[in-house]
This record gives sequence, C-alpha cells and structure tokens, in this order.
Amino acid sequence: MTAPAYLPFPPGSQPPYAVLTYGSTTRRAPYEPLVALAPTIEHAGPVFSPDQLPAVADLSREAGRDALGERIIVAGRVTDEADRPVAGALIELWQANAAGRYHHDRDTHDAPLDPNFRGAGRVFTDQDGRYRFVTIKPGAYPWRNHTNAWRPNHIHFSLFGASWGARLVTQMYFPGDPLLALDPIYQAVPDPAARARLVAAFDLALTKPEWALGYRFDLVLRGLHATPFEGAR
Amino acid sequence: MSAKMRPVTPSQTIGPFWHALAEPALADLTRAGATGPRLALAGRILDGDGAPVGDACVELWQATPAASPAFPGWGRCATAADGGFAFTTLAPDPAAPYLAIAIFARGLVKPLWTRVYFADTGDALLAALPAARRATLLARPDAAGWRWDVRLQGEDETVFLKL
Repeated sequence: MTAPAYLPFPPGSQPPYAVLTYGSTTRRAPYEPLVALAPTIEHAGPVFSPDQLPAVADLSREAGRDALGERIIVAGRVTDEADRPVAGALIELWQANAAGRYHHDRDTHDAPLDPNFRGAGRVFTDQDGRYRFVTIKPGAYPWRNHTNAWRPNHIHFSLFGASWGARLVTQMYFPGDPLLALDPIYQAVPDPAARARLVAAFDLALTKPEWALGYRFDLVLRGLHATPFEGAR
Repeated sequence: MSAKMRPVTPSQTIGPFWHALAEPALADLTRAGATGPRLALAGRILDGDGAPVGDACVELWQATPAASPAFPGWGRCATAADGGFAFTTLAPDPAAPYLAIAIFARGLVKPLWTRVYFADTGDALLAALPAARRATLLARPDAAGWRWDVRLQGEDETVFLKL
C-alpha cells in the first residue's frame, strides 16, 4: 500500500513556464528544472467556509443597481481526475467589465468604468461539486504583449481544492471567440484538446428566459490517489 | 489513461489585475486571535534581472499548528512595488520547521511551488540539494523576524518544486 500521491499531468496538458510568445515570461520563468518533491504538508490544505468568507455570487449588481452589459449565468462542476466531486471548494472570480476595463488602479485601458460593476466574486461548491454565479460578459481588451494584441473575453478563476497541490488559477473563455487563436496565454497550453477545456460551453438549459444566457464550465483539480493507476479502472 | 480519467484543467496566469483577492488582512494569520509563538516572515520577489516583481500573489500554507477558527493556516500577500511581501503567522512545529509557498504573477502561466525553512533540517528535500541551492530555501533571522528573498530566474534562482 503506497501513500496517496498526485498523478503526473498528461503531456501537453499544462503550459510550460517559458512561453516565447508571452513576453512577461521572459524574465519570470525559472531556468532550473523543478525539483521533485515528495509532498508532506502539501497533501493537506486550507479549509474555507462561507462564515469567514461570505459568498458573492452575483457580480451583475452593485448596491442594487444593474451593471451594464450582457448578463450571463456561469455554472459547472468541480471534480478530481477520477470524477469525484470536490465539495466545499472555494472559487474566487474576477474579470473586466463589459467594456473590457478592470476595476483596478493599474488598468489604463481607454474604456469606461462602470460604477455598478466591481467584477469580483466568490462562491463555494456544493456536495456534488456544483457552483453557479451571475455576472456580465467581460469585454476584450488590448495589452502590450505584441503589436495590436487583444485578450479574448475571459473570466479569471482561482480554486482551492482538497489539498495544497490542488490549487488552481486559470481563465474561462467563451466559445467562438476569434481572439483565442491569437492569444499567447491561451495558446501556451500545447495540447489543443487540453486548452479547449478552458472554453465554456453555451448551455441553453442554464439560461434564464427573458433574463440571462448561460455558460457551463467544468473544472478538474488534482486529487490524491491511492496508486497512480487506481483511478483508471 | 482510461476514458474515465479527466485531465486536470490547464493553469493560466493570474495576470496583473487580480488584486480584488488581496485583502491585506489575509497576510496576518493571527488576526482572529491565534495564540502561540509568532513568526514574522518578510522578503522580496525578484525577476531574472534582479528587478522587483510588484504584482505577484504570494500564498503560504502550513499544517502546524493545526488550523482552527482562530488560525486559518493559510495566508496571502500582494507584493508591493519593491517586490516586498510580509506575513505574520504562528511558528510551525519545530519538527517540521517550514511553510509551503505558492507564487502567482503576470508572466507565470502556472504557479511556482516552493518551501521556506527556518532550520536546515536535512530532510529529504534539503538533503538532495547542493548547498548553494539548498540555501535558497532557508530564511535567515533578522531584527524583524525572518527574511527570505525569492529569485525567480538566473543567479541564485530559488528552488522550485514539482508536486
């Protein structure tokens, strides 16, 4: 009987640190190879509760006033690689407003701020790993990575799972976005099938008629497995 | 891998505009009234040119003392313009005198995992490293508590871990 361990990532399913087309990696990606660790405390992790960190599941209103833009519902399920639900996972969210501007001091994009949109939320998964929030579809915005560079519409996700090594920070994209093919951050994931999993699915069943469209975005966190093959039966 | 297995969602950068998550109180793990020996940890995050990384998110996790309503065991600190971060926490068990650290930033498409030690325990990780690299994981005491600088790349590059 071996101690529970993380499974290795499938080749190409995660981006490398050094991404030639993403300029900010040039002086920030480590040169040395990573040192393999037999985790100890990393197999445990923080536990959060809505008592300490109240949920903020509706980003589309501020003090009772509706933000401008296309209201959307985003929902999905958080599991581990063996499809076991991750219950009680803390999900933090942040995004640009409908005009492509962040409520952030350092965002200098020439696009309007919306006093009714702060663009930050926090939700927890239920016993089945499900989450749901309401927001405004974020706009695309330019960045200075290369000439005429634009980020595709995206929502930032930060997740805490059952252990420290399950921690994930990622971005959710929207189907059919022509900027995905041009985006060095999205394209940093080598395997096209892997990066496609960052694109939410339009889901008519999630929409609320006469009120909001719906997108489904499922996430998979690293889990601890009794042996590297246990989950593959 | 069988069809039933689901690959882990790819990581993406935290970007430069993540600070809605950066409540300053989260860097003080004793804020809810935790009691016990305190530990102050401060340092700077520097890039491959030695320039400060002023938009990083530094997170720590410790398994000891055990988490409780008074002690979350987890903290988060946004780096300042000079790359500086500072945590106040409880000292971990002397038998395992280290904290787990994760660093997120613009230009990091996935987290950097590492540890900071308060003694050279000679545990499996430290023992396997050449002395110069081992030193990058060791905080040193100073007047304010403990000092630990992180170099993301190049000369004196910090040891980063594969979990």
